[in-house]
Amino acid sequence: MSDLHHIGQLSEGESAELGSVELPEAAAERLAEMGMLPGASIRMIRRAPLGCPIEFEVGGARLALRRADAAQIFVQ
Amino acid sequence: MSSPRTFALVGNPNTGKTTLFNALTGLRQKVANYPGVTVEKKTGIGRNRHGEEFTVIDLPGAYSLEAKSPDEEVTRAVLHGERADTPKPDAVLCLVDASNLERHLYLATQVMELDLPVIVVVNKTDTAEELGITVATKKLEERLGVPVVPMQAHARVGMEALQVALSAEPAKANWKPVEGDTAARYAAIGKLLEGAVAHSEDERITPSDKWDRVLVHPVFGWLILFGILGGLFFTLFSLAGYPMDLIDGAFGWLGEQVEARMAEGDLRALITEGIIGGVGGVVIFLPQILILFFFIGLMENTGYLARVSFMMDRLMAGVGLNGKAFVPLLSSYACAIPGIMATRTMESARDRLITTLIAPITSCSARLPVYVMLIALMLPAGTAGQKALVMLGLYVLSILGVYAFAYVFNRAFKQTDKTLLVLELPSYQRPSWREVGMEMFDRGKIFLRRAGTVILGLSIVLWALTTYPKDPKIEKQLADAEAVLEEQQQLLDSKSTEQNQREEAGNVVEAKTKGIQKLTRKQLAHSAAGKLGHAIEPMIEPLGYDWRMGIGLVASFAAREVFVSTMSIVYLGEEAEEDSVRERMAAQKRDDGTGKPAYDVRTCLSLLVFYVFAMQCLSTVAVTRRETNSWRWAILQVVYLTGFAYLAALATYQLSGFFV
Repeated sequence: MSDLHHIGQLSEGESAELGSVELPEAAAERLAEMGMLPGASIRMIRRAPLGCPIEFEVGGARLALRRADAAQIFVQ
Repeated sequence: MSSPRTFALVGNPNTGKTTLFNALTGLRQKVANYPGVTVEKKTGIGRNRHGEEFTVIDLPGAYSLEAKSPDEEVTRAVLHGERADTPKPDAVLCLVDASNLERHLYLATQVMELDLPVIVVVNKTDTAEELGITVATKKLEERLGVPVVPMQAHARVGMEALQVALSAEPAKANWKPVEGDTAARYAAIGKLLEGAVAHSEDERITPSDKWDRVLVHPVFGWLILFGILGGLFFTLFSLAGYPMDLIDGAFGWLGEQVEARMAEGDLRALITEGIIGGVGGVVIFLPQILILFFFIGLMENTGYLARVSFMMDRLMAGVGLNGKAFVPLLSSYACAIPGIMATRTMESARDRLITTLIAPITSCSARLPVYVMLIALMLPAGTAGQKALVMLGLYVLSILGVYAFAYVFNRAFKQTDKTLLVLELPSYQRPSWREVGMEMFDRGKIFLRRAGTVILGLSIVLWALTTYPKDPKIEKQLADAEAVLEEQQQLLDSKSTEQNQREEAGNVVEAKTKGIQKLTRKQLAHSAAGKLGHAIEPMIEPLGYDWRMGIGLVASFAAREVFVSTMSIVYLGEEAEEDSVRERMAAQKRDDGTGKPAYDVRTCLSLLVFYVFAMQCLSTVAVTRRETNSWRWAILQVVYLTGFAYLAALATYQLSGFFV
């Protein structure tokens, strides 16, 4: 678990607790509004067939994020 | 009540807003644009339990009132009563998704703080149950003091209860405005929901998950996607042909009826060629548009469209587009008009604009007749395989063009912020045929109304260009020749005519027909379009074209396929079968006296390249103007595409000189 820094590193079905989001303000705010707040639980569902984007479960919703963006969303 | 009450329908994207809107208003809806922005405005009229009418405004999907897109800005402004074109609603229907109440209440609680009465509709309770989530709406109702109605909008479950709420005097929610940031609001929502939402602890595999295992599978996912797209294109190119022929025939018949009932003259020509021809040229696209929106509507309605974007995103990301641009661009391979109209499924105004601007480069079906004719001219002795190879090359060129210009525009339009792609993948649901049908109906109506009016005007202008000014001398000769022709034709048709007289009359008819064709060609050369062809000759000469091809280019500015019929008039003086036109074109020599063919390999290649890029479709110009709400982008599109087509054709002609 010590190697796990951001949500882009989660493997299929793995869950984590969200930490900080190092994205531009508007983007970070949008994610927060969509429930991606520090402390919230996130689960990786699957990668797209070409490896990007990645599908996550947050709250009750399924959201796909690009790998580059996911790498800026850290876990606790 | 004097004027009907106005309800605004507000919710996150993919919450079933459109479904509820349709259920409330039926066919009594109006689709327009908010003035000044490219956001769709949908309003409809419903009736409550007392038989009183009410108005519903379906506001664009939003995640928050802190607007981050033009769509969200419209929602925010309307709710604040800041838009002059839309009255502030009397009450708000807040649609929330039962499986993710926290997030959906984020927007709903912001709305409650606006001091507007609200009704909360908790939709998709069935999907939530599959996930093991149950919502005690009664508890929420008590806490908020406003109606909280559980619903399954697509199955019309809960409509009765909603009607009761709509018929009562609307109330404001018992909700204390949240002080602080996003986290504070989530905390307040958490408190509101305490004990009102039950989550089952055990892991569940939803039907959606089972579908996704196949539909976005690394192998089967692609097979299914290509299967669906193959079916779409098969339908577009083969099945659409039947209704298109019918429409073509109907307009042809209409033209004949007018010709039979009206005296020959400019007015008749204006009606048959300008108006009937122009409107027919638009209506003929209707079957393709309806088919496309049937497929797109079905994919969107079931939730599959989001998966297509999910799968295609990687391929689009390289040039700065996202997966949502895939379907609009793909549709454009049939016809750019529905393609551009389909950009409405994209949230980002910037991405929508870029996609609209590059859509006409895709090789639409109207180019096919031009390609077929020019390829045949270019390779008179070529095998079917060689010809197919050239055709394939043209498609590859158009794909490269799409990518290149996507890249260019992505660079040119600075982003206000680094775009974040958040693709929501909604649960799959059974398609609602009614909704798909309504979508098709809406799109068809918009297309006819929006494209139709502009095109009608422009096609009349174009008709006038190829008709006026008239040379009185040619007119006189034409009239004389026609009079003689008619007289001799009567002789020929009469039973009492002697054999030798008959032969003589036949010879005269033949000669006069040729004369008329020659005069018609002269008349076209004399017209404004002919003069334009001559005028642009110095400009198009380096591309390998003469003034006759110039007329073709000018005329096909309206629609590419017009090239074939214009060439027919230019070379034969009448509308003729493609084969005979091509024969005549192949025999055409250059004007420079070298005796070389006018349509050699270099000129044909150059023309083909020109037709790949040039913006020659008034319908698309009209739709771009409508969808972007400004002439600016429509004109930019014409200028950049036609300019690039010119340069590319120039390069093709000049460079190919080294090889041929």
